[in-house]
Order: sequence, then C-alpha cells, then structure tokens
Amino acid sequence: MSFLWAVFKGIFSVTFVQKAITQGIPLLFGATGEIVTEKSGNLNLGTPGIMYMGAIGGLAGAFLYETGTEAPNGLIGILCAILGSLLFSLAGALIYSVLTVTLRANQNVTGLALTTFGVGLGNFLGGSFSKITGTAGQITVYTTGQTFRTRIPFLSDHLGIVGDLLFSYGFLTYLAIVIALLASWFLTRTRIGLNLRAVGENAAAADAASINVTRYKYLATCIGGMISGLGGLYFVMEYLGGTWQNNGFGDRGWLAVALVIFALWKPARAIWGSILFGGLYILFAYVPLSQSMQEIFKMLPYVVTILVLVISSLRNKKENQPPAGLGLPYFREER
Amino acid sequence: MSENAIELKGICKYFGKVTANDNISLTVKKGEILSLLGENGSGKTTLMNMLSGIYFPDKGQILVDGEEVTIRSPKDAYRLGIGMIHQHFKLIDIFTAAENIILGQEGQSQIINLKAVTADIEKLIHRYGFQLDLNKKIYDMSVSEKQTVEIVKMLYRGANLLILDEPTAVLTPQETEHLFGVLRNMKQDGKAIIIITHKLHEVLSISDRVSILRKGAYIGTVETKDATEQSLTEMMVGEKVSLNIDRPTPHNTRKCLEVKHLTCINKYGVKAVDNVSFTALGGEILGIAGIAGSGQKELLEAIAGLQEGDGSILFTDPATGEEEELLGKDPLEIKKMGVSLAFVPEDRLGMGLVGDMGMPGNMMIRSYRNGKSALLEQRGPRQLSEKVKEELEVVTPSISYPVRRLSGGNVQKVLVGREISNSPKLLMTAYAVRGLDINTSYAIYHLLNEQKEKGVAVVYVGEDLDVLLELSDRILVLCGGRVSGILDARTATKEAIGLLMTKHGEEN
Repeated sequence: MSFLWAVFKGIFSVTFVQKAITQGIPLLFGATGEIVTEKSGNLNLGTPGIMYMGAIGGLAGAFLYETGTEAPNGLIGILCAILGSLLFSLAGALIYSVLTVTLRANQNVTGLALTTFGVGLGNFLGGSFSKITGTAGQITVYTTGQTFRTRIPFLSDHLGIVGDLLFSYGFLTYLAIVIALLASWFLTRTRIGLNLRAVGENAAAADAASINVTRYKYLATCIGGMISGLGGLYFVMEYLGGTWQNNGFGDRGWLAVALVIFALWKPARAIWGSILFGGLYILFAYVPLSQSMQEIFKMLPYVVTILVLVISSLRNKKENQPPAGLGLPYFREER
Repeated sequence: MSENAIELKGICKYFGKVTANDNISLTVKKGEILSLLGENGSGKTTLMNMLSGIYFPDKGQILVDGEEVTIRSPKDAYRLGIGMIHQHFKLIDIFTAAENIILGQEGQSQIINLKAVTADIEKLIHRYGFQLDLNKKIYDMSVSEKQTVEIVKMLYRGANLLILDEPTAVLTPQETEHLFGVLRNMKQDGKAIIIITHKLHEVLSISDRVSILRKGAYIGTVETKDATEQSLTEMMVGEKVSLNIDRPTPHNTRKCLEVKHLTCINKYGVKAVDNVSFTALGGEILGIAGIAGSGQKELLEAIAGLQEGDGSILFTDPATGEEEELLGKDPLEIKKMGVSLAFVPEDRLGMGLVGDMGMPGNMMIRSYRNGKSALLEQRGPRQLSEKVKEELEVVTPSISYPVRRLSGGNVQKVLVGREISNSPKLLMTAYAVRGLDINTSYAIYHLLNEQKEKGVAVVYVGEDLDVLLELSDRILVLCGGRVSGILDARTATKEAIGLLMTKHGEEN
C-alpha cells in the first residue's frame, strides 16, 4: 500500500504534470510533423535525425548571433534560433524528399540513414560550439535560452495552481499545441488537406484526380520536417536552456514516431498523447524501486504504443489505419 | 467549333520492347457513343490512357474540338473536358462519395463546405438519373455504386468526353441496363462517350459506331447499324470464328459430388449459403447462375475447404468409388483428392498471382510442394508456362516477363491456365472469362469441354446467361444463398433463369 501511495502522491503533483508536459512537447512537435509527412504516404523514419538537425540548427543560429554582438537581445536571438532550426530541418527533409520521391529510393533505408546522419551532424556541431566557447557542457547561448524560457507574464504568477499547471511554460509549448490543432483542422476541413490525405491513401487515384502527387509529397515532407525540427529546438532551448549535450535528445525522436501510431494519425489526439507519453517517460523517477527495475518502466510508452496497435487493428476500423499508401513510391507510368 | 469532340492521328506508344499502339487514328463526334473493340492486349486501354493523361504518346497528334492539344497529365485532360473511368476504380476507400467527387477540385474557398457541395452534386445526379448516396463511404459500396461515383466525379468536373473502360464487366444485367440509360441521357445532352467492352450484344445495343483495334493496330470503323456480332468478331480477330459453343453430349456420367443441406455463415455473419443441396456429375458441366453475391463464392469455397459450414459435402473418387466427407478437411487435403478451384477475383493480381514474378514463378505457387529434391523443380513450371502461353495465346515478350506488366486479360489467362493444368477430378471455376476477349473466352470454353470429356465434373459459375445456356448441361440458379431452381440447359430459357435469379425458390 505504501508503495502505491508513494506513486500516487508523485503523480498527482504539480511538478509531475509540469514535467510530463515538458517531456511531451518535443514529442508533440515531432509527431505532428511526422503525421503531416505520413499523410502524403512518406514514412519518414529520418524524423529523429531531423529533430537533431532542428536542434543544432537553432543552436547554431543563436550561437552565431550571440557571439557576433556585444549585448545580445533575446528576441533577436529567438528569431535567429527559429530560422536556423527551420533551415536545418528543411535541409534534412529535402534530402529525404529528393531521394524517395524524385529518385524513388526505398523509404525505410533512406529514413534510417537520415537519422544516423542527423544525430551525427548534431553531435559534431554541438561539440564544436562547446569547444569554441571553451565551456564544455555549459550554457552556450544564455540570453536566447533564457528568453525561450520566459513564462507567460501575470497569468503564471497570479492564478495559483492553475497558473502553475497551464501558464508556466515558454511560448514554444503553446505553439506546439496550436500547430497540432491547426494541422488537425487543415487535414480534415480544407481542400488541400483532403487532397493531401488522398495522396497518402492512393497516389494513383489522387493523380487521376489531377492532384500533383510529387508537389504534395515534397511540400508535406518539408513542412512536416520543419515542424518536427521545432521539437529539437524546444529541447535545446527551453529544456536545456540553450546548450548542447551529446546524444542528450536520446530516443525521443523514435518516441515521436511511436506517438504517431498511438494518435492514430490524428494531430489533435497527439496533444494528450504527448502528455501521456511524457508522463510515462519520467514515471520511473516516481517509482521507489531499484535502478534496474526503473529501466523496465522506461519502456512503458512503447508498450502502450503496441497495445494501441493491437487494439486498433482488432477493431479494424478503416479510418484508424495508417494511410494505405504509406511507404510506397509512386510512378505514373508503372503498370 | 468542330463537330468532332476528339480526333486521334497516327498515335504510337511503346513500352520497352512491346509496341502497344501502332499508328492509330480515330474520331468521336459530339453526342455520339463510340465502342472501342479489340482483343486483350490490343492496346485499347493504353490508347485511352493517353487521352486521360496517364501515358504520353511517343508519336502522333490529338485534336480536341478541332484544335491540336498536348495532354501531359490528368490535369490537362480535365482542363480539356476528358474524363476516364478506369477498369480499376481510382477512388479513396476511406472517403465518402462526396469527398471523392470534389477531390483535386479547386473550389471558391479552401475550406470545404460539404453541404453546398452535396447540394451541387445532387442536382447533377437528378439530371442524369443516377442513384447514389453521397455520404456513404467507398468501402461500404458495391461495385456498381463505385462506378456511379466515378462517372458523377467526371461530370462534376465538366467532362464532355467520357471514356469507360469495360464498365459492364462486373455489373449485373439490371445494373448494366441502368448504366446504359444514364449513358443515353448524357448522349442526348451532347456528351461524347467512348466505351470499351467485350460483350458484342452491348456494343450493338448502346453504340452509334464501332472502332476496332487488333494487336495495337487500327483496323477500321463501322456504323453499328451495319454491323453484326459475326462481322465485328471477324474484324477483331482477323479470321472467321464460329460463335457457337460446342456442347458434347455427356456420356458415362457418374456421381462425383453430392452437397446436402449446406449452410454457411460468411465472415460478416450473414447466412451466405442457405440449405443448398445438389449433385455434380463427372462428365458434365454444371452451370451456376445468380446475381453477384448470391453465395457463389462461399459455396465454392466451402467445397474447397476455405469456408466452414453445416450439412454435408460428399465427394466420390471416380477411380475407387469411395465416398468421403469434405466438410472439416483442410484445403490441402481436399486439393490432393483432386478438387480444384479456379476463382478469378475482381483483383486478379491481388489474390491469384504474384505481380513481380514471371510465369514460371507463378506456376510454382501451386507446384512447389512436388518433387523430392531440396532445390526447386524448375523445368516443369517452365514447360507449363510455355504451354499456357502457346495455347491461350498470352501476349508477353518472354515467359519470365513480370506478370504485373501484362495487360489485364493476359494476366487472367495465366491464372486460368494454371488452375486448369492441375488435372483435377472436380474443377470449379468462377468468372473464368471475366473481362476476356472472345477468342480467349472460346479457348477457355474449349478447355472446360476437354475436361468434361475426360470425365471431370466441371462446375462453372458464370455471369453471361447466354454462355451459361450454351455451355452447361444443367444450370443451378442461386438467389440469396438458396437454390431457386435446377434446370436442364438444353430446354431452359434466359427469361426463366432471370426470373429465378431474383425470386426465392418455393420448394425450400
């Protein structure tokens, strides 16, 4: 009983919820981006790599700005960081698109290679920045990092527990939720969204309906990649406060891919899914068990994903299945 | 303004070594229905795909409304008012009819207003007399509903030239009649229509003119009123063909299969076969007629061991005379006893063949268990492939060419050829000639007759009542999973069968 009580007390605390959300936001960015990408039929397993690229791109942008001026301004730092992040993740997504859409390379192989590349690039550049500033492991872009961490003024301080729960985060947290909601609306309510889903379901049918399959695949993959990349940016800026840790992002990229499945390819579902995953991800720290037992708890998000997969395939509802054309290349004159 | 909706001049198209279209020219006038006739692999679909922007011609000109145009993509085709209804529907399964219809369309607003769109489409539906529920999902639809969605989609996009690739291959006679009614309404409205079909009586009843292709080349165009089934066949095949199906008198018949009170529940929990009893004799062809989905598939599958059921299915081995119960045995055991099932599904590649393999590989799917060596036996399947290629005239550059790249009819020849080669004691075929041209269909009827003369019990599930009446010895009519009658094919009439197809038998 005392064991359960300890877990219970840990979970129903403000800090646990805050930490779950903090852990969940990178996953939400990653999953939203991956959902947009997968809706075009591209299974981008390079997302973990792209998130590393988005992270290091943001750091590089802020780093170049802060080392170039005497008194860095936080807002300009934010702009530089976002720009850098978007550019880097766009580059990653472009590599993937050119290889799989134009050259029709195998999507799985390309994605896995891109992940290896992105992680390597991040660690290489991140390590270099620390070397240049001479402070390995310490904050490299302090001003920008702090500005990213700015909480919502007034609301976070004056509403007691509600303020702590809802308003104590940096702006990227809210951006993640807004993007997920927008993506959900875009996919279900707009013509472009309908067309995009058609491309992912059955590219030949979309093509016959005069939808430019190649353009949709490119745009969805690139925009999706940039959204995913913001997850990396969130991690280095808000979570780590503007520094780099080699492999610090860990397996969160794969967790984002798992979250896509958990959310059944619906961005709105990914919002609460990401908080749940975030909570499961840190649950081990709230369980009074030996370290080896805690390791088992770390696989909870994956176990939940597998359960969701089993249940959703048992129910066999067609709308809850992955896009039918996921992973398949499209070539019009193939017969 | 020209009176010709579309004109093709000297069109050529090559796929690697294969010449699909060689110097083809034809015209379609406004307010006219043109039939495009040709055997399998004669290049009809390829030619039409160049109009719809799926392929690009290697040579030649296309004129729309008297002006030369370039069609590089389906988008270009839509812009020019050309809409094609493919043999395999190009629809998104998880979307509703309305969503499929507005797909790829530019509307006034980016945000979809389903209500307004639905109202718009409803108008179109009433104008031409379609029957369609716009909020139904495609995966819940029957083949004919899906086809309606495709046609409405094209009209909604403002198509003036409609191309239909074998639209009646999967329709019941009633559905076909309804479709033709709609097509005539469109013709009245000034639309030009090209229809590809193998059924000559349909060609004669619906079209104004007929253009004929043979082996990728253009043969000629005739007015339908001057044409007969015989003359069209000769133009298509290039030689005189007898349009009568042989029916050798059965001799030495003996009981081969006895089905007693068979009831099957299908995977949707519906009683698909309901208290069915009949016998099939060795040395005769038993035809099975019925509207699509009346339990034909489940009945055959129950006999082949692929479907569970209640009742009794007794199989008599003609060599030993022993009776054995088939229900409860697994498919492999039943197969070994000499029961063979050739079911031609709507999706020929999906269920029957492996698209990326050549003919020998596909033959091996049935024979890989044979032989004692650890290595695959290659020679048999190769010989069989050569034989099927020769006898059924499969058009392919070589037997090792991937079957996915063959035309639809040729794919089916490979499938049927393989099943018949098993030398079974009970041969069941379903829709064996679906979508096949006349020459190949006759080759298959001939093969079935050969089996019959060898003493094999042949069960033939067919769609074309004329063929059923000419080929079978007896005809069993299914309606809603029940036997509504068993008739002697030599004396039965088409009307009698048609009536039984829609009315439950009284004796049950």
